[in-house]
Amino acid sequence: MQAENHGRRMAFTTPRNQASSLASSLKIGRTVLVYLALIAAALFAVFPFLWMLSTSLKAAGEVTTTSPVLLPANPTLANYATIADAFPVWRILFNSLLVAVAITLAQLLFSAMAAFAFARIPFRGSGLLFVIYLATLMIPSQVTITPLFILMTGLGWVNTYQGLILPGAFSAFGVFLLRQSFLSFPKEYEEAANLDGATYWTVFLRLVLPVSGPALATLTVLSFMSAWNSFLWPLFVTRDADIMTLPVALATLQGRWTTQWNLVMAGAVLAVLPIITLYLSAQRYFVQGLTSGGLKG
Amino acid sequence: MAVVSNKVGEKNWVRRLWVAFFLGPHLIGMLAFLVIPILASLVLSFAEWDLLTPARWLGLDNYTALLSDPNFWDALKHTFYFIAGYLPLVLVLGLGLALLMNQKLRGRLIFRVAFFLPVVSAWVAVALLWKWLLNPRYGLVNWLLSLVGIEGPGWIFDPNWAMPSIILASVWKDLGFVMMILLAGLQAISPEYYEAASLDGAAGWRMLRNITIPLLSPTIFFVVVISLVNSFQVFDQVYVMTAGGPAGSSQVLVGEIVNNAFRYSRFGYASAMSWVLFALIFIVTLVQLWLQRRTVHYQ
Repeated sequence: MQAENHGRRMAFTTPRNQASSLASSLKIGRTVLVYLALIAAALFAVFPFLWMLSTSLKAAGEVTTTSPVLLPANPTLANYATIADAFPVWRILFNSLLVAVAITLAQLLFSAMAAFAFARIPFRGSGLLFVIYLATLMIPSQVTITPLFILMTGLGWVNTYQGLILPGAFSAFGVFLLRQSFLSFPKEYEEAANLDGATYWTVFLRLVLPVSGPALATLTVLSFMSAWNSFLWPLFVTRDADIMTLPVALATLQGRWTTQWNLVMAGAVLAVLPIITLYLSAQRYFVQGLTSGGLKG
Repeated sequence: MAVVSNKVGEKNWVRRLWVAFFLGPHLIGMLAFLVIPILASLVLSFAEWDLLTPARWLGLDNYTALLSDPNFWDALKHTFYFIAGYLPLVLVLGLGLALLMNQKLRGRLIFRVAFFLPVVSAWVAVALLWKWLLNPRYGLVNWLLSLVGIEGPGWIFDPNWAMPSIILASVWKDLGFVMMILLAGLQAISPEYYEAASLDGAAGWRMLRNITIPLLSPTIFFVVVISLVNSFQVFDQVYVMTAGGPAGSSQVLVGEIVNNAFRYSRFGYASAMSWVLFALIFIVTLVQLWLQRRTVHYQ
């Protein structure tokens, strides 16, 4: 009887304890594996950037060696100075900033106004026009690049800021994104405002825009990032270093110092540092914007 | 009383003025820099024009010339090669990362920030970085390979390895982007499905195959469409890393369009090629929409 009892207790308790301790150590093991995998993946993503930075601080001798040194023995900013001597670095940074800010502001203002018209003002042909807008999203930008280049040549806009900015300032995407947000604005508020004698402009500026913060932030981030990183169009519409944006200047720099990787990497650091800083300070908007927009830079 | 602003009694011409005011600036911009260039490109694709001599109407000659242009076929082949290597890799790795990230973890934000660094960086900088990492003599990658006794290839200097190099850099850059979209999709799956499935004894691989993947299929579909459309337009990384070389072994469609337009001033021919690119993207998107209707599961 006692033995039987004992046996039953064994049957009920010990295996369960064993099972639960096995389960918990399995769980811990699994968590450790998940972390190890994530850390490996994060290193894979981040380490190349550290290598870029490290290379940019090295002297030439430390770069062309078959057994790479992780950190420069004597970190030096000489590479950056060399670049600043050969390129108008501040001017190029200014160009990039001016072009990206101008494109972003134009995208925000004009897209928001157009989206407001589509979302809140009934007019004949609104639906058809919007479908045509959407259809332009399907056309790859390479289709328009040839006629645009011919147009810019004809207008004498090659090598000008307007040539860099205007072709990027209008897109159906911004209108599409903001229209979705504007549509959700409650009709009742607008009607109340109308009774108070508010014009469309007042409704747009005072009522609709203030509550559309997330959509506007998304468009800001997407426009700025894609303008800042844009390469193909600036490559063909700029000729002189004075008007170049960072990516184009960087490609030119590569041509000049083909094998001097410490110099090339210093240039790369200059190109990614501003956008990474911006990303780190507003990373929530970047992630939201990029995943909701589904567009890459 | 309140005739102007009240919509009910609003005069038609007043409303039209408001439409013109709100829509006008954007519409003019769209016409000048998008719609008219699109139409011009279509017309141009039936003509020959180098901007110096008068344009000449060719009819369909540009398109028939494409069919017998080995450079075009090579570029098309390389573009498909890129897609065949890039798309499965970025999807599988992105899904793996998203599954790892889709649980209660400390420091998830830090991982997310890390994975997104390549996504926000300019392609030119990333392409130069990988060109340096893959440098056959002094690059980090071949040095790491040598540590485990492998003699690394010539990467971008070897016609057989140039495209794999470009694929590697592209997967690295886009992985975080694909991961984030899939993660958002995973987080939208209701936990009830998992609870029900685990009551039925599903776990691990079976859970992934029978529950997660089918419920994630709308998101996967979205990622595939976007990645495919972007892949057809692959250019920046190719231009910077290999410029289509060595010996044309990594030249892609957009590279060929750019060469024809800006190097050889064959604007009509380049336009024709860009419309073929559009047709390819259009067909592939239609096929995917058709496939989606048949295979994608919605919750």
